[in-house]
This record gives sequence, structure tokens and C-alpha cells, in this order.
Amino acid sequence: MYGFRSQMREMRMGLSEALEIATCTDPGMVRAHNEDSIASDAANGLVVLADGMGGYNAGEVASGMATTVITTELQQLLQTVKPHQTADGTNEQLAAKLLREQIRKANTSIYQASQSQPQYAGMGTTLVVCLFYDNRVSVAHLGDSRVYRMRGEEFSQVTRDHSLLQEQIDSGLITAEQAKHAAHKNLVTKALGIDPSVEPEIHEYETRPGDIYLLCSDGLCDMVSDEDISMTLSMLGANLPLATQQLVQMANDNGGRDNVSVILVRVLREYPAARGVVGKLFAWLK
Amino acid sequence: MAKLILSMDGLVLKEIPLTKERTTIGRKPHNDVQIDNLAVSGEHAVIVTILNDSFLEDLGSTNGTVVNGGQIKKHFLQNNDVIELGKYKLKYISEGGAPAAATADFEKTMVLRPSQMKAAAEQARAMAAAGGAGQAAAVAQRAAAVQAAGASAAASGIADKDAAKLPAAGAPAAAAPPVAAPPPPRPATPLGAIQIISGGNAGKALELQKPLTTLGKPGVQVAVLTRRPQGYFITHVEGANQPTVNGQSIGTAPHGLKDHDVIELAGVKMEFFLKT
Repeated sequence: MYGFRSQMREMRMGLSEALEIATCTDPGMVRAHNEDSIASDAANGLVVLADGMGGYNAGEVASGMATTVITTELQQLLQTVKPHQTADGTNEQLAAKLLREQIRKANTSIYQASQSQPQYAGMGTTLVVCLFYDNRVSVAHLGDSRVYRMRGEEFSQVTRDHSLLQEQIDSGLITAEQAKHAAHKNLVTKALGIDPSVEPEIHEYETRPGDIYLLCSDGLCDMVSDEDISMTLSMLGANLPLATQQLVQMANDNGGRDNVSVILVRVLREYPAARGVVGKLFAWLK
Repeated sequence: MAKLILSMDGLVLKEIPLTKERTTIGRKPHNDVQIDNLAVSGEHAVIVTILNDSFLEDLGSTNGTVVNGGQIKKHFLQNNDVIELGKYKLKYISEGGAPAAATADFEKTMVLRPSQMKAAAEQARAMAAAGGAGQAAAVAQRAAAVQAAGASAAASGIADKDAAKLPAAGAPAAAAPPVAAPPPPRPATPLGAIQIISGGNAGKALELQKPLTTLGKPGVQVAVLTRRPQGYFITHVEGANQPTVNGQSIGTAPHGLKDHDVIELAGVKMEFFLKT
């Protein structure tokens, strides 16, 4: 009975009753411009964060284009397409396919703008996108903006940076401890809008009620230690808007050398996809 | 942040912070800095600000733009430069200074292209061969490539798209040894503590060493005490009622704590004090 009612509600309300989202973005203490851009849509289970780069205000343009293109395109598609279904002829989840296609679309738009307009030459942006559906989350990312997860007392990093520093750690050149004091934290090896084509890294994770997902730009994780972020989430998890403000404030109190953006998503309850009778039969036959 | 000080005959008229990328100067009212004087053209000049650097450009004005006594078309503004437009003077004050600009720019996110990695890898391989380390494993080569790529990217600033526009930024960055940015300063607040005044735990004291300390009962009423460079703050987290400080409800905004303030939360009174 509960399942049926929750499905009925889901059809009307989308995911806005299953997900609580709070966001905060700030230029920081040093920079005059905020080149970060964020977007969230609880009903569609979608959050997007981008950290732009490029001279003049091109960084803002790149990150703004990324969040706008991806959000509006996915909102349109999600009205008809169900992300939990698999794509025709493949075993791939539609969610991953949707994300990849829309990210490529955004990449093309930014790349073309940077090619055609001299003031935008060479602009680009990092990107993280989370699409929540069917008790799962599909995470796509490019560059050094991150996703973390707080599950119970356990705080872990979900994404692995596409950065020179991460490559150095992986190849054993430096330790994670040395990396904290490295000089070239700012070199990313993948980004949106830099090249004509792009291959985002996409992974799927199961979600549980009570999980808190944190999306952030490097302005947070460079300025605030993982321990302090974890402590803030466990202490202020009851009040997400306050937790986002606290995280931004901590980054600024520690110097705020870069723009800081934070998105927090809490899973309030389960949100299984509404599968029809035929779908259930199919699942049972498989 | 840089600013302009507008004056006439030694009398300061206005201070203009350079917050925008383009700050326009002219006689017409749509300019960011409007100077209503016939010696000033409708659109006289513009100041383009990128990060901590500002460039002044004359927009083909009738009477021209003079900086430090010399006529200019384009000019990279330095601290204390004086721009003259007719009888008016605009003094440029840059705050933060050049070293800060170099540091901030160096920390900007940049893209490292695969092609660059390849070039660096070849360079590293050549270096390894010359050094007689021919047996170096592929892994080590890759590692060296990564390191060399980092060094070359940092040194040349090829990947930094701002470098082309800010030629000055590349040089100090390259000169800087590959050492860390200084660790963030720790809060320099004197240590605070709270002592419980009423209830079963009366008399107990708690030092507020961590950046955050929560008080109260989860699900009923919780507040958080934050330790910041400016001092300690209390903020309401959850519950129908907000805590009070010296008998006054603090609402939902952060509230700065002073020595000997009395907090009441979930029916328990406690005193905040600073340890000296």
C-alpha cells in the first residue's frame, strides 16, 4: 500500500519529497569574480556544479553555459525518458547515456563559443553532475570539482580528480600528505569546452536514506580539511542550509583564495522508480 | 581591490572601487564614472580590470588622456598613477600589491592538455637516455612525464589561458620554487569555554577548542558554537525554539558571543567566557 501511494506521489511530485537540497556559492576573499556556477532541481533529482576558467569573465561564461545547457536539456528529456530503463540494444542505463550526451552537448556549445568569439578563447570549466533516480545516483565529472558522501559516520570522496596532482599520487611520485602542500594543485587534466570532444567519467552508486552528498569546487577542499568538512556535516547535518553556509565560511576564514561553491543533497527516504506491470514482468523474466 | 579617487583642485570628490571588468569614464550619464565637464568627451576612456591588474585605454577622446603628465593611448596602471581629464584628476590606488597578484594568479585552475603531456614525456625520455638510465621502466617514464609536464606547464604557463593576457603573471610564477602555498592560518581567537550554570550538570565546563561544537539534544533543540578568527558565534541548528543569549532570543542568524554571556538552551543555562 505504501509503495503504491509513494509511487502515486512520485508521479506528481517527482523527487522533491525524497531529496533535500541546499546550495551556497561565494566569490571568496581574494577574487572579485565568481567563476563558479551551480544549479539544482529537486523534482528531477538533478544537481550541477561547474568551476569556470579563462580570462576576463570567460570563466563565468563557460561555467554558466555548462550548468544551463545540462539542466535545461535534462529537464526536458526527463519529462519523457525514464533514467532507470536501459538504452535500446545495450545494457547501459539510460541515466549514464543521458548524462554523457548532454555533457557533450554542453562541451560543443562552450567549445564553439570559445572558437568563434575571441574574448572567450580557451575558456573551459570543470563539472560535476549528480542525477538521482531509482534509489541510485549517477555521478559524472570532469576536472577537480568533487563529490563526497557522508553515510552514517563514514565520510568518503566519491570522485577522483582529473588533475596532475592525482596522477602523481596514483603513480606513487608523491604521498597524499605531500600533495596537500604541492604547488600545482590547479592543473586539471580534463575539462569541459577545451577540446572538440570530451569523455566524462560516469559512475553509479546506490543511495540510502540518511546519506548526505556534497558537491564542491576546489575552493572548498583546498581551504578546508576533509576532517573539518566531515565534522561540519555530522554536526550540522540536521540543518543543510546552515551547513552550506558554515562550509563556505570556513573556506573564507582560512583565506578564501578561490571561489567557493557547495551543494548538499540529503536522501530523506527511498525513491524507487515507478515501474509498470509490464516492466515488473520483464524484470522478473530476466 | 583597486580603486580610483576622483578629485578637482586637490578636493576629493569621490572614491570609485574597480569592481567591474570594464569601468567607463566620460561625460554622458551612462558612464560608470560620470564627469560633467565639457573638456571630457562623452565616452572618454575605459579601465579594464583583470584580477588585480587594471589597464587604462583612451577611447579616442577629443582632449586625450594624460597619465603622470604624459599623453597615453593605452596604459598599464601602477599604484599611485594620476590620470588627468581636463581639470579633474583620478588617482589609481591598487591594494594587495603585485606579489599577491602573482600568487592569486598562480592558483587559478588551468588545463593540462594531453599533447603537452606527450611532449613532456618525450623530453623526459630524452633526459633519461642522456643520463644513462635506459632501463627505466615504463611506469617510471610515465611518472617522470607527469612531473616534467607539471614543471613545464608551471614554468611556461602554456596551459594558462590568462597568461597570454597577463604576461607579467608568468614570470614570478616560474621563478617561484615548487613549494607549497602557506598553510591556512589557524584562528587566532583566544580560547573560549562554557560552564553550565543550571540543571544536573551544573558546574561542568567545556573548552571550545574545535572549530565547531554542538550543544543541546538532537531532535529537540540544537545550537552550534563556531570558533572563527573574529571570535565565537552561536547559531540555531534545529528545534522549534531558538536559544537565548542574556535572555534575548538569537533568531536564526549567527550571534557573536562576548565574555560572560549567558546562553539558555533546552532549559539549561550556561555561561560563555574567554580564557586568558
